[in-house]
Amino acid sequence: MSDLPNRMPETGAFFARDRAWHAPAFTPGYKTSVLRSPQRALLSLDGTISEITGPVFGHSMIGELDNDLIHNFAKPGESAIGERIVVHGRVLDERGRAVPGALVEFWQANAGGRYRHKKETYLAAIDPNFGGCGRSITDEDGQYAFRTVRPGAYPWPNGVNDWRPAHIHFSIFGHGFAQRLITQMYFEGDPMIWKCPIVGTIPDKRAIEQLIAPLDWGNTIPMDARAYKFDIVLRGRRSTMFENRPEGN
Amino acid sequence: MVQQLGYLKETPSQTAGPYVHIGLTPNVCDINGVYEADLGTVMVNDKTLGERISVSGRVFDGAGALVRDAVIEIWQADSAGLYDSPSDMRGTADPNFSGWGRCATRADDGVFVFDTIKPGRVPFKDGRKMAPHITFWIVARGINIGLHTRMYFPEETEANKTDPLLMRIEQKERVDTLIATREGSTYTFDIRLQGDRETVFLDI
Repeated sequence: MSDLPNRMPETGAFFARDRAWHAPAFTPGYKTSVLRSPQRALLSLDGTISEITGPVFGHSMIGELDNDLIHNFAKPGESAIGERIVVHGRVLDERGRAVPGALVEFWQANAGGRYRHKKETYLAAIDPNFGGCGRSITDEDGQYAFRTVRPGAYPWPNGVNDWRPAHIHFSIFGHGFAQRLITQMYFEGDPMIWKCPIVGTIPDKRAIEQLIAPLDWGNTIPMDARAYKFDIVLRGRRSTMFENRPEGN
Repeated sequence: MVQQLGYLKETPSQTAGPYVHIGLTPNVCDINGVYEADLGTVMVNDKTLGERISVSGRVFDGAGALVRDAVIEIWQADSAGLYDSPSDMRGTADPNFSGWGRCATRADDGVFVFDTIKPGRVPFKDGRKMAPHITFWIVARGINIGLHTRMYFPEETEANKTDPLLMRIEQKERVDTLIATREGSTYTFDIRLQGDRETVFLDI
């Protein structure tokens, strides 16, 4: 499976997760969490080999259109409808080091806020040329990029009148199973962000701001697509102090 | 004043939501033709070493209702106890075994199934052997951050007794929540998110 670039694999344990930075499990404003949140404390387990290892995916598994949601479900010669955007960024760890070879998967609603899913009943129309999924593997500098249409906001049955802000779901594999992360990216300037009960599960405003991608004017492609930049930070690895490791501490 | 340490904060988690299948198992929700096959559906081939097993189960919420929109991932060692990961420096894992699987719980009966092999034992940090186990990660609508747990094997009575993780569970009656039941080569591992017989979840 592996074709990671030349770098000594790291084998240290990960920094402990700051669970006060993440949302707690029980967040009654987001109603489904009420019955799906454990009530007992988590059992802490520091970095055994079962958690510091994880699957690695080769670049060879990525198809030509996997990172092009405008075309990867469209009929030949057609394309998805909506505001064309490029989303790109780097996957880093908490030490600021690039995470190469990270599989990044993403999924989203279409421009009208409609998901292509049999359980979705929102009356906004399906786009026959839009599937809504894509994936990419980061390069040596931890970079990923994909092209898509900006998703629309959509209503959901939580409160009487709750609407999700425009968002793209992200799933990221680092190098260890303990780094596994699923999150959501929001768009700079969207007033819906601050009304959303799912965003509001995160207690710290600075943590929420980490999920808001700024408009990246410098990388906007003239007459084609605007760009948004979304960097993702995975857990960092502890150095194994004083063990004469080739890459040092 | 002292120097700043300069570490970044981890990107905060958000729920995978009810439509997680679009991204992680698109073929399951009829988005065909984007990917040839869904990732993680095949862990073994006909050359894989080890004892073939099937691991299935269901996920229940705090009211005992089925969670039919979860996605489960598992990660495990090969039959010799090696992980197919560059971070495992002890040797080369079985090239015919991926060690990683992904499966959505079915919309009708809520069941997930993995066809895999029984893992060998791997060492704890101090060199003691851990009992054979499979690491689980569960995401779904209503789960704000993915839940980690482990499945152990019921026939490994002696190994389970000395397993460093199982020994750390203070309420001994909770140990059973991590031990599957077995019928032939089929193991059943039900996960209870909340309440009576709540599964032990891990901060790893």
